[in-house]
Amino acid sequence: MNTVHAETMSVAHDVHDHSRHGHHKESFLTKYIFSQDHKTIGKQFLITGMIWAIIGGLFSVLFRLQLGYPDETFPILETFFGKWAKGGRIQPEFYYALITIHGTVLVFFVLTAGLSGTFANILIPLQIGARDMASPFLNMLSYWFFFLASVVMLSSIFISTGPAATGWTMYPPLSALPLASEGSKLGADLWLISMALFIVSSLLGGLNYITTVLNMRTKGMSMTRLPLTVWAMFFTAVLGVLSFPVLLSGAILLLFDRNLGTSFYLDQIYINGVVLPNEGGSAILYQHLFWFLGHPEVYIILLPAMGMVSEILSVNSRKPIFGYTAMLGSMFAICVLAFLVWAHHMFVTGLNPFLGAIFVLLTLLIAIPSAVKVFNWLTTIWRGNIRFTPAMLFAIGFVSLFISGGLTGIFLGNSTIDIHLHDTMFVVAHFHIVMGVASMFGMFAGIYHWFPKMYGRYMNTTLAYIHFWVTLVGAYLIFWPMHYQGLAGMPRRYLDKSGWVSFSQFGELDKMITVVSIVVFAVQLMFVFNFFYSIFKGRKVTNPNPWGANTLEWTTPINPGHGNWPGEIPEVHRWPYDYGKDGRDFIPQTEPISPKESVTHKTEVKPA
Amino acid sequence: MQTFFIIAILVLGFLITFQIAKASEYVAVLRGEEQTRKQSNKINAFLMLLFLIVGLIGVYYCNEKLNGKILGEPASDHGVLIDNMIKITLVITLVVFFITQILLFWFAFRYQESDKRKAYYYPHNNNLEIIWTTIPALALSVLIGFGLYYWFKITGPAPKDAMVVEVVGSQFKWEYRYPGKDGILGKKYFKYIDETRNNPLGQIWEDSANHDDIYITGEDLYLVVNKPVKMIINAKDVVHDVGLVHFRMKMDAVPGMPTTMWFTPTKTTKQMREETGNANFVYEISCDQMCGRGHTSMRGTIQVVTQEEFDAWLASKKPQYLRANPDKDPSVKKDSSNVKDIAAVMTN
Repeated sequence: MNTVHAETMSVAHDVHDHSRHGHHKESFLTKYIFSQDHKTIGKQFLITGMIWAIIGGLFSVLFRLQLGYPDETFPILETFFGKWAKGGRIQPEFYYALITIHGTVLVFFVLTAGLSGTFANILIPLQIGARDMASPFLNMLSYWFFFLASVVMLSSIFISTGPAATGWTMYPPLSALPLASEGSKLGADLWLISMALFIVSSLLGGLNYITTVLNMRTKGMSMTRLPLTVWAMFFTAVLGVLSFPVLLSGAILLLFDRNLGTSFYLDQIYINGVVLPNEGGSAILYQHLFWFLGHPEVYIILLPAMGMVSEILSVNSRKPIFGYTAMLGSMFAICVLAFLVWAHHMFVTGLNPFLGAIFVLLTLLIAIPSAVKVFNWLTTIWRGNIRFTPAMLFAIGFVSLFISGGLTGIFLGNSTIDIHLHDTMFVVAHFHIVMGVASMFGMFAGIYHWFPKMYGRYMNTTLAYIHFWVTLVGAYLIFWPMHYQGLAGMPRRYLDKSGWVSFSQFGELDKMITVVSIVVFAVQLMFVFNFFYSIFKGRKVTNPNPWGANTLEWTTPINPGHGNWPGEIPEVHRWPYDYGKDGRDFIPQTEPISPKESVTHKTEVKPA
Repeated sequence: MQTFFIIAILVLGFLITFQIAKASEYVAVLRGEEQTRKQSNKINAFLMLLFLIVGLIGVYYCNEKLNGKILGEPASDHGVLIDNMIKITLVITLVVFFITQILLFWFAFRYQESDKRKAYYYPHNNNLEIIWTTIPALALSVLIGFGLYYWFKITGPAPKDAMVVEVVGSQFKWEYRYPGKDGILGKKYFKYIDETRNNPLGQIWEDSANHDDIYITGEDLYLVVNKPVKMIINAKDVVHDVGLVHFRMKMDAVPGMPTTMWFTPTKTTKQMREETGNANFVYEISCDQMCGRGHTSMRGTIQVVTQEEFDAWLASKKPQYLRANPDKDPSVKKDSSNVKDIAAVMTN
């Protein structure tokens, strides 16, 4: 603890010194590459995440081409991908590599590192009133481990046997046996190594976020005065720290099975005419280890989005978030339950039906805190005075998608229905809406809302509006009808349904989905353009508090240096949601409570 | 060339959009940012309402268009239970869906920024929180109650008179084994698998229960209508999954760990052909767990027939034991009397 304090002090000192001398003596390398400034690290996470999002999105367009037009050839694909798209047709190994990398990259690299890595880094110190993270050095390492993981994953795309092609869940024995598929050769090793590096990154980040939130809040910033964004990042970090190590062990055991001849996951296998010596392992063990992370992972992705949406809805409705305590309670409940539901991914693996029943109960319980959150968001915008900033639009879109995707989860969480819907397109539709697109919306909301803080400029709003409306409509057009394919029992990960009596009736629909997904992808590219263009050429911010928000990040200068506040760190006197109180539009957290102020809310933030 | 044109058009379209967006920013500065902001606020609020209305119509239209394409009536007893559960869940979730979505977009439109209104300071209300914790809890209790009742019915032990059949998955085919007259599947061990010597499952020939087991692959699996069937499922290489969409059943096939599921087919293939009006209808087994490059084509087919048809079909099959051990096969040894051979096979 002492060292933490010492470090904080030294950062504070640095800032004072610099402001006195008026000049930073940072080289390009320490300022932009090996920076220890939490804001720069956040931006590094964001931009790396965006690059991955483009790659992952592009891959989805490629496999959508196959799904929409299974009988057509695209010679241009052969030009780019050679043997993987022989004769202009996506080969099965390539198709499976595409879906595997699409899933892995979007779940881990974009929606974990790109979302919580970015916003936990940028927002935690700024919103709790700290000069930087508890350990800026570990924070920097966290990014560079992520960078290494990215390099390994990226390199796996270019090897001759191709990247992992077993689905993002990497189930053995398929992923354990080089004989089982091309992607299970070197590609699988690289996938596992990349994930191991990624987990180290995530743990370093998570420990830092937890320590920072617990120890480095400014004077007056009690835990119950934290903005919900910080709470969400905090819970996310706790989830990650407790669950990622389990995946790490799972991945290491799989590496052993692959390379050292162990039998953790292998038992009685006869493949391609070869009898393997392995006996005594269990393929299901891996699934338990994987989903023990895999399910909390869903909330690791969702919680930061929820936190940011809560903040943005409140700011732009000019109203306090409704039920701050209930919001906290529901987040806490989600966190606890997140660890107790993993086996709902395994209802049809031969799981003991009694155990299955327990997991049904616990899984459906999650719907209660989720419902509380939705109703609280609705009440937050009720009788507000809503400003439709791009961030607000995406926040509303998030709530809509979260409702739609959350409700289909009630189908899948019920084991009886899951027998029919398990591993069908229904699952694909469900988790893309609730976890993929919804969290993406949370991320977009966050980017539009805090872009002025990050770069001192605004993004172009016209492009942002186009981005929002096309993406929202597109997301529903893509994923809503997909539920019907799932109800028809169409399995996921099928690249051509023409040989089937039961699944070949959706050809037209698949074409439509493909066309829409290309349009949506193009609009995302437009967003990326808007982002980078606005960094350099966007309209400059002139008001340090452009949205009229209460939280501390808007008390910093428009372009805060390392250390965030040039002078003293401001003191906090109230909760962050005093919007519209006593006829005042907003009251920043730094303003002391005056004796004349009405106490119309009985929350935990009574005047001290 | 065509690709080039498409890309050129896309780039051009993007440039135009960008120029308009850029111009609108300048116009905003000229006309006063506050006024422009208010105008676009109105437009977005209107679009919220429009999205709600068009979206609801879209939901209806989508259902009209696609509802006929999902599977018809289930063809098994368990399928009926599962479809019931889907219907119950659908009713509850649709009510919640419509209420919340309508409120969300209506509020967004109704409470758009206006100079005449001040936002209502409303930070919390414990009664409301209790109400909307309790109502979902009650609704979910109903769903959990029905769900578990059906779940235990479906996963409970199979009836004693159930027909047993083994289903084995491997890249990328399905193999089946019937226990024969004794009703017992003989023991097997993966190290005895030897396709060159007619032992694709690794049956242990010393176990006499294996002598009458009938092995089938590359053709239809036969089941008897209205007779419970218990499937014993396993895999040779990687995890597969026996997916039976028309029966609404599904179970993983895991190497080294046999799993089971049971159900009663209630419609013969012939009946289904009449019902669906599709003369080529056939029950399908789909592999529902990613298993490698041939995952998509890992298709099995099932014929559901009457008991008599089934008996006649099974009688025409020779136990695998005799194929693997031709010296034990009476039809090979005694080729003098044909009549006897057939009788011998039939009794097997």
